[in-house]
Amino acid sequence: MRSQDSDALPISIRGVTKTYGAVHALDDVSLEVKSGEFITLLGPSGSGKTTLLMVIAGFTRPDCGSLKFGEREVIRTPPHLRDLGMTFQSYALFPHMSVAGNVAYPLKLRKLQKAEIAERVEKALETVQLGGYGDRRITQLSGGQKQRVALARSIVFEPRILLMDEPLSALDKKLRDQMQIELRHLHEKLGMTTVYVTHDQREALTMSDRIAVVNKGRIMQLASPRELYERPANRFVADFIGDSTFLPVERSGEQVSYGGMPLKFVQAPPDTPTLALMVRPERIVLSSEGPREGANNFAATAVEVVYQGDSYLLHARLDDGTLIALRGGVRGASLSALPNVGDKVTLTLAPEDTVLIDGSEA
Amino acid sequence: MFAWLKKPASETQITHGQRLWLYVLAVIIMVLLVTPTLIVIPMSFSDSQYLEFPPRVWSLRWYEHYLSSPEWMLATWTSLKTAFLTMLVATPAGVLAAYGLHASQVRFVRAAFLFLITPMMVPLVLVAIGVFYVYAQIGILYTLFGLVLAHSILALPLVVIVIGSALKSYDMSQENAARSLGAPRWKAFVTITLPQIRFAVVTAALLSFLTSFDEVVVAMFVSGGDNPTLTRNMFNALRDQIDPTIAAISTIMICVTTFLMVLAQIFGQQRAAKD
Ligand SMILES: Nc1ncnc2c1ncn2[C@@H]1O[C@H](COP(=O)(O)OP(=O)(O)OP(=O)(O)O)[C@@H](O)[C@H]1O
Ligand SMILES: [Mg+2]
Repeated sequence: MRSQDSDALPISIRGVTKTYGAVHALDDVSLEVKSGEFITLLGPSGSGKTTLLMVIAGFTRPDCGSLKFGEREVIRTPPHLRDLGMTFQSYALFPHMSVAGNVAYPLKLRKLQKAEIAERVEKALETVQLGGYGDRRITQLSGGQKQRVALARSIVFEPRILLMDEPLSALDKKLRDQMQIELRHLHEKLGMTTVYVTHDQREALTMSDRIAVVNKGRIMQLASPRELYERPANRFVADFIGDSTFLPVERSGEQVSYGGMPLKFVQAPPDTPTLALMVRPERIVLSSEGPREGANNFAATAVEVVYQGDSYLLHARLDDGTLIALRGGVRGASLSALPNVGDKVTLTLAPEDTVLIDGSEA
Repeated sequence: MFAWLKKPASETQITHGQRLWLYVLAVIIMVLLVTPTLIVIPMSFSDSQYLEFPPRVWSLRWYEHYLSSPEWMLATWTSLKTAFLTMLVATPAGVLAAYGLHASQVRFVRAAFLFLITPMMVPLVLVAIGVFYVYAQIGILYTLFGLVLAHSILALPLVVIVIGSALKSYDMSQENAARSLGAPRWKAFVTITLPQIRFAVVTAALLSFLTSFDEVVVAMFVSGGDNPTLTRNMFNALRDQIDPTIAAISTIMICVTTFLMVLAQIFGQQRAAKD
């Protein structure tokens, strides 16, 4: 049994590259995961998330680079000696064993006493809210229950690192939302360093301490959910996380302007050759009383108004032809004050919400 | 009966009546295939000196003759030993080969697979002649070892194919899960993969036993001396004197083979049911 003070281990990934033929699955990836941190790899399909996880787990040997758990270099350590918990996208439960048999498997390998195995199995099952399910057969479980068994099996031997590859992708939305919260609680309780893979941005934003956005085998940005959303480092990240429209802007000295109109902003723009104004649908506002003092105002024409129950979506065309999406609340009178298609409208963006990012295509 | 003819026989609404010709044809083919085999059964219970059908007087004398003949007993013993040892050699070798082919990501996997199943595609006589010359050179002609080796080569493709197809429907990430949980690779294979392909392994073992037990062409060339197989002796007996002992032995072999085939089928079914 491990002592209480060495609960989690930091992971240090340096310069890891993995190529499959001409494909750079991982391209010089470096990532420091702090001990006890919940980090999420987020990226589109084929971006290399699974490959990076497989490198950490030891199933894929990278072409070069270093991987350390704490002080220990593990790049040459076989998977079974890395002592980390892992859940697979397909659950990978053992159908020829019972639920308890599955969860006991890692403990049996570690040659624990029978009584202790039984006790820890039951405790792990209780942790994932499956107490008393030990005798069930795997085939008798629902998707969410299978997911929980897989989780119990990966934490029962108290690994100091937990890897999860899209663990919730097979579940329906309701169960997924519930499991997200549960996983988060579990992480707070057990405190192991966790690397989580998903391509669902909301899931990543909900669960993570930090998110690494991956694209084409490279980490585009590593930041907290809030920073990632508010201050994306480049267009790829801004586009991938949340919906956004980009408007071309010109810089002259300290001043940045859009279509000849100087912009008011709070956060200094990045020092890049080109800039773009990122407009999020929930940050831009429909102004009912015309241009507003102290904000950036855009004249536009309403193109489409979509009522969506909890909100409405307005598509408006700016004078330069760009289509902008705006999401608004449906509280009180705002619903009746909605414009009709073809109406001239004024959209305003507060200086705090005026985010300028690197304008080059990533 | 007539109502049944009007019932649909498949999803496409073809009735049994429209399929009637197909059923008749199938029965005719089966009769043609099976009758020559089954005809030896009554022949074996004849009292006559010669093979005759139908027998005029019934008797068990040819079974007695078979069981009391030291030569036939030696041959039977050789056949059983060879088949059993072939099973013991071909099954593990084939399972490992199929697993290796399945798990490996190397480019020449396809070529290796084709290479492994060549014994199935090359005419048996060619294999037999080749094996004969090689064995004569290295001096293992007419030995049990040589015979088992040759039969294992013949049984290997079957094992590889049966196990390979079982592995196709098996989720290899289970083995990765076991490894991440602390099992070395061999242990992950033994405790997780093997139990799940066990029906296929049993089927493959039975098939390799049968491959050897029924085999005659290669046995004609490389068995003999102290180690003649049953099939070889039967073949020779047929040439020298036609004697109902052969019919008796054939009957026994048919029973053994059928029994094992049925077993293999049952295990195959269990596998299918499990998937
Ligand atoms: N064994 C392999 N052989 C060849 N190419 C591979 C292999 N594994 C991954 N790749 C390639 O490496 C790239 C990254 O794959 P990876 O599985 O890591 O993507 P991912 O981010 O996990 O995608 P997804 O969200 O679809 O699971 C892809 O282009 C993929 O085609
Ligand atoms: Mg993946």
